[in-house]
Amino acid sequence: MSLKNKRKLKYSLAINEAIHQMMASDESVFLIGQGVKSPWYVGNTARGLLEKFGAERVIDTPVSENAITGAAIGAAIAGMRPIVVHPRVDFMMYALDPIINEAANWHYMYGGNSSVPVVIWGIVNRGGEQAAQHSQVLHALFAHIPGLKVVMPSTPYDAKGLMISAIKDDNPVVYIDDRWLYNVEDDVPEEIYTVPIGKGIIRREGNVISLASASYMAVEAFKATQELVKDGIDIELIDLRTIKPLDEELILKSVQKTGRLVIADGGWKTCGLASEVSALVVENGFKYLKSPIKRVTLPDVPAPSSPALEKVYYRNSEDIIRAVNEVLKENNN
Amino acid sequence: MIQYSKEFLVNLYRTMLRIRLCEESLVEPIIKGEVKCPCHLCSGQEAVATGVCAVLSENDYIFGTHRSHGHYLAKGGEMSELIAEIYGKETGCSRGRGGSMHLIALEKGMMGAAPIVAGTISLAVGAALACKIRESGSIVVSFFGDGATGEGVLYESLNFAALNKLPIVFACENNFYSTHLPIRECRPENHIYKIGEPFCLKSHKVDGNDVLKVYEAAKNAAEMCKNGEGPVFIEFLTYRLRGHVGPDDNIQGSLTDIRPKEEIEKWMKKDPIIRFEKVLLKNKVFTREELRRILKETEAEVYDAYVFARNSPYPETGELTKYVFKE
Repeated sequence: MSLKNKRKLKYSLAINEAIHQMMASDESVFLIGQGVKSPWYVGNTARGLLEKFGAERVIDTPVSENAITGAAIGAAIAGMRPIVVHPRVDFMMYALDPIINEAANWHYMYGGNSSVPVVIWGIVNRGGEQAAQHSQVLHALFAHIPGLKVVMPSTPYDAKGLMISAIKDDNPVVYIDDRWLYNVEDDVPEEIYTVPIGKGIIRREGNVISLASASYMAVEAFKATQELVKDGIDIELIDLRTIKPLDEELILKSVQKTGRLVIADGGWKTCGLASEVSALVVENGFKYLKSPIKRVTLPDVPAPSSPALEKVYYRNSEDIIRAVNEVLKENNN
Repeated sequence: MIQYSKEFLVNLYRTMLRIRLCEESLVEPIIKGEVKCPCHLCSGQEAVATGVCAVLSENDYIFGTHRSHGHYLAKGGEMSELIAEIYGKETGCSRGRGGSMHLIALEKGMMGAAPIVAGTISLAVGAALACKIRESGSIVVSFFGDGATGEGVLYESLNFAALNKLPIVFACENNFYSTHLPIRECRPENHIYKIGEPFCLKSHKVDGNDVLKVYEAAKNAAEMCKNGEGPVFIEFLTYRLRGHVGPDDNIQGSLTDIRPKEEIEKWMKKDPIIRFEKVLLKNKVFTREELRRILKETEAEVYDAYVFARNSPYPETGELTKYVFKE
């Protein structure tokens, strides 16, 4: 590794750098969405873009999520590579029609004759007593839809590499990040590089139990792993990175080795990411399992405002540690 | 008449006739159940697609709706691939994956059609944004029906397009019915074109059954868009001679088509093809014999399209999962 690869960058600025570099290298890339002209724009992810590329390619918009997302999709159909940003996933619900009905189906329903190379970037922004409509984590909703890819980076390295992959991909990619990650700082190469969509990564190899997670919960899972390892529990830590398509091979191989699985997801329980990973393993790797699978997810409850309730609503490393210990207790072998 | 070449006028006529014969050819297969894919026929509305698309080049884009056989043909899509698509064949314009409501001829600028009401309007705005960013000089036409005026995304799209002076023509085909509900029961006022005005769009109402009036309005709109004076909103008044969709509706006046008989008869008298035919004969643009020749040629095209469609293979069942993602 060269010296410049050792440079550290915050998660939000890693995204910013990805957009800068892709807009500079490909004229068809542009950024559109609410607030992108603002200098205080979410986590500085749009820093310097307007000054460098101008208002023609850094397009701030009225509050019209449906039409603006549709416009990004239409521009992609016409050969551009737009990034449409939703500063809060909650507000992106107005755009479900163009995302699901149009973008996701487009390539299939025209028999491969047209494609939609768009990045639909939804930012999770929760906590801080913001209540139900300013707190949602809805990746599972998008992962359900054929034709959409869904990525959820947890590190600055992946945040940049997956944004670049998403921009280069010929399909609609839903890029979901979490503001709780924006100040995480880590090594980020200065050059353009990609993190492959559909590939998870083993953050720590282990033999006793697999712990799979994504996005912010990967940070909590990492914290939990550090504690559990101290207690001599040999955890295999998986960061899914992409949740659609899932890296099935990586998950199954890991469970084949460890025989146990805990999934930590920042979304709700029912029909969620954790359910899907669990079903994948039960369907294809039942014979490997030594104990029942456990899911660490949000309860099926809207986000509360009161700090007292918020504290018990969100899951953290302690919940993961508890789940891991429970699975180990229920040892069938 | 003098300002138009004979070739131009004959092409307008031929395009309208191609659409009409193609649409009417589907009635029998639909009623018999040979065609099960839902077809929303546009018989009676041919002048709008024809007149508008006559203005456009292959570098200009259009987006359509559930009722877009006419848009597809007028923009240069192959009739054989349209019929094959409706028959669910691999040789269809969407390889049998889309059916009647998902027509595409990318190389001709027919970018796609989709039945979610108003669903393609924002896509068309995005294509116009692409044209503006690339400074390509191309323009976009968004076709939608009067029913789309009930959808919020239309107003968001008008606002954003106007705000950015995008080269797009919003072409509303007002056939007076939002599926089965008269549009007067959907809106408190009857001048759809006026919805463009609050967004500072040049907005017009045009007789959509007069192909030359359609052409002239579209030509002015296209020129404005090319001069950076877009977008433009045009309401085309027209009428579908068939019902909304399906075997019952397609038999005019029967069962589920509850439109008054007198109303249908009134509009049959304004049939855009018969009207244009009269004008052309009166102005001696062509003779009855030439007219018969065009009819015969068009009938042959329709016949050949069915031979092509019926003889084409279905998609391989092993390819069910192909095209979910572009590889």
